[in-house]
Amino acid sequence: MARTTSISPAAPAPEAGELVATGRGRYHVLTRYDRRVLALMVGIPLLLDVVLIWWPTFSSIFLSLTNWDGVGDVTPQNFIGLKNYQFLLSGGYFQFWPAVAHNFIWLAWLTFIATPLGIFFAVLLDRDMRGSRIYQSVFYLPVVLSLVVVGFIWELQFGPTEGFINNAFGLVKSGHIIDWLGNPRINLFAVLVAASWRHVGYMMVIYLAGLKSVDPTLREAAKVDGANEVQTFFRVVFPVMAPINTVIVVLTTIESLRAFDLAFIINQGKNGLELLSILITNNSISESTRVGFGSAIAVILLVISLGPIIAFLSQAMRTVRS
Amino acid sequence: MDESREDEFPRRPDRRITVPHTGVDLPLDLDLTRRDILKIAGYGSLAAFIAACGGSNPTTSTSVTATGGKMSLGSYQSDSVPKKALADLVTAFQSANGGTKVTVNTVDHGTFQNQITSYLQGTPEDVFTWFSGHRMRFFASKGLATPIDDVWNAVKSNYTEGFANSVKGDDGHVYAVPTSYYPWAVFYRKDVFAQHNYTVPTNWDDFKALCAKMKTDGLIPIAFADKDGWPAMGTFDILNLRLNGYDFHVGLCTGQQKWTDPKVTSVFKKWAEITPYYSPAFAGLTWQQAADQLLRKQAGMYLLGLFVSQEFLASGSAADLGQLDFFPFPHVGSPYDAEEALDAPIDVYMVTKKSPSLSSDTGQAKAFMEYIAKGSVQTQYFVESPGAIPTANDADQSKYDPLTKKAADIVSKAKKITQFFDRDSRPDFAGPNGMQQFLLKYLANPTSDTMSLQTSMQSFWDSLGPE
Repeated sequence: MARTTSISPAAPAPEAGELVATGRGRYHVLTRYDRRVLALMVGIPLLLDVVLIWWPTFSSIFLSLTNWDGVGDVTPQNFIGLKNYQFLLSGGYFQFWPAVAHNFIWLAWLTFIATPLGIFFAVLLDRDMRGSRIYQSVFYLPVVLSLVVVGFIWELQFGPTEGFINNAFGLVKSGHIIDWLGNPRINLFAVLVAASWRHVGYMMVIYLAGLKSVDPTLREAAKVDGANEVQTFFRVVFPVMAPINTVIVVLTTIESLRAFDLAFIINQGKNGLELLSILITNNSISESTRVGFGSAIAVILLVISLGPIIAFLSQAMRTVRS
Repeated sequence: MDESREDEFPRRPDRRITVPHTGVDLPLDLDLTRRDILKIAGYGSLAAFIAACGGSNPTTSTSVTATGGKMSLGSYQSDSVPKKALADLVTAFQSANGGTKVTVNTVDHGTFQNQITSYLQGTPEDVFTWFSGHRMRFFASKGLATPIDDVWNAVKSNYTEGFANSVKGDDGHVYAVPTSYYPWAVFYRKDVFAQHNYTVPTNWDDFKALCAKMKTDGLIPIAFADKDGWPAMGTFDILNLRLNGYDFHVGLCTGQQKWTDPKVTSVFKKWAEITPYYSPAFAGLTWQQAADQLLRKQAGMYLLGLFVSQEFLASGSAADLGQLDFFPFPHVGSPYDAEEALDAPIDVYMVTKKSPSLSSDTGQAKAFMEYIAKGSVQTQYFVESPGAIPTANDADQSKYDPLTKKAADIVSKAKKITQFFDRDSRPDFAGPNGMQQFLLKYLANPTSDTMSLQTSMQSFWDSLGPE
């Protein structure tokens, strides 16, 4: 190897793309310098990727096979095979399937109610109506608030005796208090209203940006051909927006799967607000420290998340290729 | 004394590596690294990893206490009244201990509890506020707390036998200094009882009759709030103690008894007799909101700890506090009534194990532990933040208000004392996705058959790993 690193000063420096002789009689397309730069450019992101993504992922998978309590070392006695998964999937952990269901209700709500509403607002605001900037700001405002603040604001609305809603409708006075946050039948939907308040603005801004980039001649052509507003949107604009639509779908899915903050702020995700992310937290990093068990839930959430991630990646790759 | 303890708790060999050309000595503790890499895996927290890698090994000091210098204190006293009282206590300690600089890190009470395991394994402060009972022994047995037998030997003459037992770990060493305790009982306003001519009920039938009477008088008979999840455990504890006795309750908390036992069913049955008298929408209320219902004369009674008086002080006036009174939970007509058992949790201070500054601050930390064991210090804290009773024998009882005197009295009369469900049972069972959730589930439909609930409680218990 020593010979490869010492190039004789008499020899002309190899040009990029030129075949360079190595000590072992092989030839490389790249110069040594190129190769070093490439190694750095690939190596640093790869290192970050491995340390920050692959290492925690494989650690979680590894820990999900143990009953480790988060204290001290993982010992061979901690290994319990697939018992965590067996207990989860068999319904032995009574909150697991409700949590899965709540995540999917969350997904359905955002997909069929919140996101279409955001798109609807975007389409309205795209029509250059009077004060559209103001509406834009108003709808976007919740997005810049942290979810902790959003949770606090909505707790003030939903509070059973002191909340705005129950008092505004006179329910406190008449004694027909609705327990928006404590009744396990309705509190998920109360939280979803709060989540949508933020999600609608988020979707609106993204979709609005997409709409602004649609070629106006397309709409004019549709108008000339006699299409009305609705037809123009569904037959012309919507198909043109395909890449943005995918982004919207993926973002909505990710938002639903990672839902955590609001439910956790309200009651630590119990009593009707169980979510997978909260079960992971409550098991792994609360006082209970069932790290192994929490990891098993995390792995299941990972598997569920892989679907949208793969969909997003394949779409992104297709866009790059075309 | 310190030396003998060192022998019983051998440390890992300290490996070091010298960085070439710089002469810098770095600790290379392979065991620590492996453990902490797994910790990152568990928590996904790079910060904890970096912090833990920098940990140094504490060296033992020859004297038990030290003056001057510095120390740090991790506190869960995040409510304004106790926070202020603790700040004053710390200021007094600083001047009494030769100007020891104390850094207090106050964390929200619930957050502090939830993060305790990672807190104690990361870079905790030297001393921290905690609870006695199983919750103390758990972390002691995991090697996350420093035994303080030397401090205890210096202060134990100031404590009764009951307190001495409450701070012992499973290994027989002392891990905490108890500073205050409080009973759980049924609180009421004297003026409301006088206005309606109510009498304090001593048995279950009178209690229920009083509830019914209050309801017709337009009061919420029993204030109840369970948004936080833990308050309901207080009712479970007292009903189980009254109906099935101390031994069964402790057995249930520690896994010796089964949740599917008909005795547990009887608790839920009995409980269902009073749930119709609870605050409406209780699952969405915090304990402070329910305490306000009692304070504002909307509710008649409230089963809670003595700390309810803090809410009276914070939201009401001194006159309101003067109207606050309580009675022990009524007898239910079982042979265990005679035990007069009740929950009386003890709050303690402990010394951490992994504090990076503990090596230099051990003396100051122990001086602080001795300081808070003084009756005069606890009395001063009590005067500023009533709601819990000082534990030291030489606390000035003349400073106690009638309510506190009565509270101390009711605890001393109890033949059996428990801590509280989440202090007596294992934390992974008692947490938000365990017992708290089970009780909320029960309370959502208290009159239904509870056997399927009890079955899932037992199967949840059985799924928990060895401790």
